[in-house]
Amino acid sequence: MAEERKKQYLLGNDAIAHGCLEAGIDFVSGYPGTPSSEVVDTLRRVKDPWYYLEWSVNEKVAFENAIGACWCGLRAIVTMKHVGLNVAADPLMTSSYTGVKGGFVILSADDPFAHSSQNEQDSRMYAKFAQIPCLDPKDVQQAHDMITAAWDLSEKFSLPVLFRPTTRICHSKSDVALGEESPSPRKGEFVRDPKQYVVIPAHTRPLHAILTKKQPEVAKYLVEAGYNSAEIRGTRAVIAGGISVSYVEEILPEDISLIRIGAYPIDQNWLADVVAKHTEVLIVEELMPVIEEAARQTATTTTVHGKLDGYLPHEGEFSSALVAKALMKAGFLTENPFPTEPAQEVVAVRPPILCPGCLHRSVFYAMKKVFRDGVFPSDIGCYTLGLQMGAVDTTICMGASITVGSGISHACPETPVVSTIGDSTFLHTGVNGLINAVYNNANQTIIILDNRITAMTGHQPNPNTGVTATGVPSPKISLEELARACGVSFVESVDPYDLTDLLETLKAAKEKPGVKVIIAKQPCVIMNKRNGVKRSRYVVDADRCVKCGACIRYGCPALEICEDGTSVTTALCTGCGVCADICPAGAIHRGGAKQ
Amino acid sequence: MKKSYDVLIVGIGGQGTILASNVLGDACVIEGRHVRGAETHGMSQRGGSVETHIRIDGKFGSLIAPGSADLLIAFDVLEALRYRHFLKEDGVMVVNREMVVPTSVFSAKLPVPQMDDVVSELRSGKATVILVDATEIAAKAGSPLAANIVLLGVASHQLPLSVSSLAEAVRRNVPQKTVALNEQAFAMGREVRS
Repeated sequence: MAEERKKQYLLGNDAIAHGCLEAGIDFVSGYPGTPSSEVVDTLRRVKDPWYYLEWSVNEKVAFENAIGACWCGLRAIVTMKHVGLNVAADPLMTSSYTGVKGGFVILSADDPFAHSSQNEQDSRMYAKFAQIPCLDPKDVQQAHDMITAAWDLSEKFSLPVLFRPTTRICHSKSDVALGEESPSPRKGEFVRDPKQYVVIPAHTRPLHAILTKKQPEVAKYLVEAGYNSAEIRGTRAVIAGGISVSYVEEILPEDISLIRIGAYPIDQNWLADVVAKHTEVLIVEELMPVIEEAARQTATTTTVHGKLDGYLPHEGEFSSALVAKALMKAGFLTENPFPTEPAQEVVAVRPPILCPGCLHRSVFYAMKKVFRDGVFPSDIGCYTLGLQMGAVDTTICMGASITVGSGISHACPETPVVSTIGDSTFLHTGVNGLINAVYNNANQTIIILDNRITAMTGHQPNPNTGVTATGVPSPKISLEELARACGVSFVESVDPYDLTDLLETLKAAKEKPGVKVIIAKQPCVIMNKRNGVKRSRYVVDADRCVKCGACIRYGCPALEICEDGTSVTTALCTGCGVCADICPAGAIHRGGAKQ
Repeated sequence: MKKSYDVLIVGIGGQGTILASNVLGDACVIEGRHVRGAETHGMSQRGGSVETHIRIDGKFGSLIAPGSADLLIAFDVLEALRYRHFLKEDGVMVVNREMVVPTSVFSAKLPVPQMDDVVSELRSGKATVILVDATEIAAKAGSPLAANIVLLGVASHQLPLSVSSLAEAVRRNVPQKTVALNEQAFAMGREVRS
């Protein structure tokens, strides 16, 4: 019965969070990023936790906070998405030299197919680069089991451990067997040891040698611990890594060997032995050919298939059906277990869109009106969806709207540049760009889309919210004063629902040289809904509607066209009233029931 | 080879597809069965088309291969059409007779799809199509938001899960104060026959 009670239907990230509790973590930090966010979100909602937890302002900050805790002997985790690891790469690359005292787990969630990301980078490469162990689970249960044991691994070798789930682990659900929570009795204590923690050249050279020496020991241990294992069943083999193991397990014939890779570095001697036992091997892994390159290095007479000879793609997400095709090509399967893919219907696309009443929509609308000849660098967040309104010209990574905008302004002095960035992203890495823009006399308008929350990733609080991750009140940062302190003289706050004022402010900014900062303030409409904020719906007076379509072009999902060509608002209306300002006939007015 | 019963639940972000899939997942755990599920989070959620995969008795990956789902539960007729290629040829679809016209239709000035045309297109294949006025039934049960539970009630005749496990899973997943309403919605869904 006890066994029965422990099995739960859980999201991968929730199972991972539970594993953290079972391992007795002391310190949690991170920056939200899909698909990683629910790990901290789950941990921060635990009542009366024994551990410290924070949402940090960015991944580098989160990483360094966590390693500070580890150096005091505590068990820490820092979470982020794969591109967040780029931000934290600086401390990462040296943390392997310094090592850790308390266990340190870096969770970097990869996103094959870029469901919610700007690229498809493979965090396993970072583990190799930094020379630290990497755990790559095949399913939700293994993700839970691996993370629970990850701090022991970290402490055993005094190395940070990179834990790398993918979207299909983080956002898959499964029946999961859980263990008991294990509250930590540890107390932090920093013991001075400059040779370990001060990486001047004289210290770092021997530390590098120690790191090199650890590598074969780690690789050997990962086989002994069962993370990498070989099930020899014939003369041909599939070697699969991470979630691909699950896809292969579903369809692999019984006479083909299955080599499961769940951790890195791979022991080259072990791999050479395993490969040599087969005449032909097929490597199945998402993203980079990490296992494949290792296998090709060890193979002497064995034929190796994988990405490098076109059996499997370098890009995108795998599935059992995709893996079946590769097995067919290799002749490992004689009959495809999946039906031929039927044709897809042509149905009008329904992409994600800005919510009805979202402040971003009115800002983009006004911006396009005033800066007809402008260039619009933007950033990472809900507002990237402004692309559909033609108001997003560039997006590359967090914080780059301001910096790319500065570059464009110096390159094209005649072109007006308007950068848009959310409050959380501004505080993440945008503020450095603002300082730089002012310092170097860029000529650009910067609009901070201030909805007081990190919305896209699931509404995490940030320094602009006035509350910490665990709900403790904290001073709300003043974006206005921050901008002024950077040296900006044109700093204006506007209500984006007041279209007239918004347009006037943008026009004023356009007239002035230098860096102008406009802060558009309205809470996220999803948060408003959760907080019980209600506004009356707006309605269209059909008799006064001139069927010009101006409101429809605004693109709000709460506006539709009737059969007679007049516009109508739907129950989705949240009462922002911007469409009433847009309507040239004055046909839209407040009047519906409160929503 | 195939041992799992695969259900694809589709709709529009915010309609409650994830809650519906949680009910199926919990029902599996109640019965001590394996289950795998995959869902859409993050950027795609904002009013976009969403799909949730549930593999009852699933032990491997969470993704259902196109052409192999046993059951399609759709919260919107257009989404049923968009995803019906996931269904096996003789599969069953339980579809809410609702249509939210994508904003892209208005912005690109495309012809607005008509309910009758979409329904007859759905019926043109070999799949069994069960059309349900789930939102209307849910409103009668107490709230149109319970349309997802009505659809599960309808689908319960197809699912390899007992009615009592499903009902218990409904109770576990809906907000505390809406339990009675959702129980009613589930029961009313069960009464629907195509």
